[in-house]
Amino acid sequence: MTTTSAATDTGPPARPASRRTGTLARREARLGILLVLPAVLVVFGLVIFPVLWNISMSFQRIRLIELREFNFLDFDYTLANFDRVMGVRDFWDNVRVTFIYTIGGTTLSIAMGMWAALTVKSAFRGRAVVRGLMLFPYVAPIIAAAFVWRVMLNPTFGIANEWLDAVGFQPIDFLGRRDFELNLFGWDPNPPLALLTVIAFEAWRYFPFAFLFILARLQALPAELDEAAKVDGATLSQRFFYVTLPQMRGVLSVLFLLRFIWTFNKFDDIFLLTGGGAGTKVITVAVIDWLRGRFDVGAAAALGLLLAAMLAVLLVIYFRWFYEEETA
Amino acid sequence: MAVAQQTAPVTPKRGITRAEFEERLFGTLKWVSIVFFVVITAFPLFYMISLSFMPIQQLLQDPGRFLPSWDSITSFESYKDVLRPQSEGGQGFWRFVRNTLILSLATTFLTTTLAIFAAYAAARLEFRLKKVISWGILVVYLFPAVVIAIPLFVMFTRLQLRNSLIGLTIVYVASTIPVALYMLRSYFLTIPPELEEAGLIDGLSRFGVIRRITLPLSAPAIAAVALFVFMIAWNEFLFALLFLVEDRGLWTLSLGVQQLDTQEVPKTVLMAGSVIITIPVIALFFAAERFLTEGLTAGGVKG
Repeated sequence: MTTTSAATDTGPPARPASRRTGTLARREARLGILLVLPAVLVVFGLVIFPVLWNISMSFQRIRLIELREFNFLDFDYTLANFDRVMGVRDFWDNVRVTFIYTIGGTTLSIAMGMWAALTVKSAFRGRAVVRGLMLFPYVAPIIAAAFVWRVMLNPTFGIANEWLDAVGFQPIDFLGRRDFELNLFGWDPNPPLALLTVIAFEAWRYFPFAFLFILARLQALPAELDEAAKVDGATLSQRFFYVTLPQMRGVLSVLFLLRFIWTFNKFDDIFLLTGGGAGTKVITVAVIDWLRGRFDVGAAAALGLLLAAMLAVLLVIYFRWFYEEETA
Repeated sequence: MAVAQQTAPVTPKRGITRAEFEERLFGTLKWVSIVFFVVITAFPLFYMISLSFMPIQQLLQDPGRFLPSWDSITSFESYKDVLRPQSEGGQGFWRFVRNTLILSLATTFLTTTLAIFAAYAAARLEFRLKKVISWGILVVYLFPAVVIAIPLFVMFTRLQLRNSLIGLTIVYVASTIPVALYMLRSYFLTIPPELEEAGLIDGLSRFGVIRRITLPLSAPAIAAVALFVFMIAWNEFLFALLFLVEDRGLWTLSLGVQQLDTQEVPKTVLMAGSVIITIPVIALFFAAERFLTEGLTAGGVKG
């Protein structure tokens, strides 16, 4: 290492001055490629290439048992995988659940993050402790967070049902029941209990992420605008809605976009909380079901591709719409 | 501006104006909110630690109790049980700790090294691939992990690299490089280039500049990135499930808790396992909280 760098150190001065800039730029370019190459190769080989290959596999008949003998260069393409995946009775149900989960989880976690940021914005005794505690749900390993929720909500020995029992309610299996029979004066909305619980988990786990961004933005806002509005007699809520909130649009839309994409692609949370049962099966969980439950690699690849395609379409729509609004 | 017009003629109600009323209302709500957030964040943590010390019979008999008796706190029964090897009637978590540590440390080292070089080049040098890199990071962000997981699963089965920690390490390195590269690149861009140019003029090579000038200046950022990568690898679940599930000797901590969550294993014992996963992450995070939150937000506020 040291010898090679020493050799290149003495290199440049020996060359003619007129050609030096040209060779320097070229050498820099070569060095640049050399430096990024290992990282690029690893990411290409294990992220980009697999994604492309996934597209190919989704048109092939591949089962897990025949994986070792399967010839991947056999371009005998078929749409059978898509037929199989979309033909399942609960395919559209999974799509619907994915959207409810994503939109619900995203909006609630951002709203809660906003609330948390407003709560700790101004100083109070113990603020640093509260701020640190608020990061816990996001920092804790997903397996630990999901497991604690499962135990807390357990219908036989969970603390949540113990408290419900204390105020005279029947135990509720929050993560195991599809619908909750609720009757409010003849109107029975039957809320999807397990799905709502999972969304609540999402809000709890990811509000710290929104909180960090929003707090940073809130503290960077110029105080003059708020003070001017105060002098003009605007109340606290008016100042929030007409002065603060408009200035937060940038962060909020970035947060919404990021959280939407990540929640849409999320697998761990639902898999660990319910395993996809009780009306909470999102597409990602269904993909892994096809792979691990039915050993159908082709179908799993096809469903994965559909998931990515749906997200891509959504993003195109979002950017189109957003772009027009900005220029209008 | 409409605001001012609306609020000017507010009539005092019961002696106070609307502005005063709101000040008082939100002043009170603030304390209610603080209590709310403290409870929802601290209680699960407290409950987790508390159950990890409670014998399962105590929990089943009296689910409402959330303080274990002094005897059970000092006996560490669940911890002994969860860590003891399977051959001695335990759950064998020491082995999972070892596996997880190997995976996370190897990933941290490899990712950080590769990302430092790539990020430096992307920040400072002019070459053709440069645009592709910043664009590529975004694309990787957008792809669902499950879509990448299926071909990798097939690939590693064919190469017989499934059920090996080395195979999984490579996957972790590939999936963490984009984030690490992005964070480091934005940090390198904040270092004034004049410092490096001075080094070059003084006769240092590019590698010399990286080692003597750039790395020492960005030590905190590199530490933050390394911690971040460590935490991602330590917490990872999906790939561990797909790659290691058939060989119990290779399980990571996350996989261990998930796989052993059955009727046979007491929940309190797994709670001890959860505490074991959580403690290092929390400790690392709070040791470096400022670096990490700054690193996190620096990534997003830009966009």
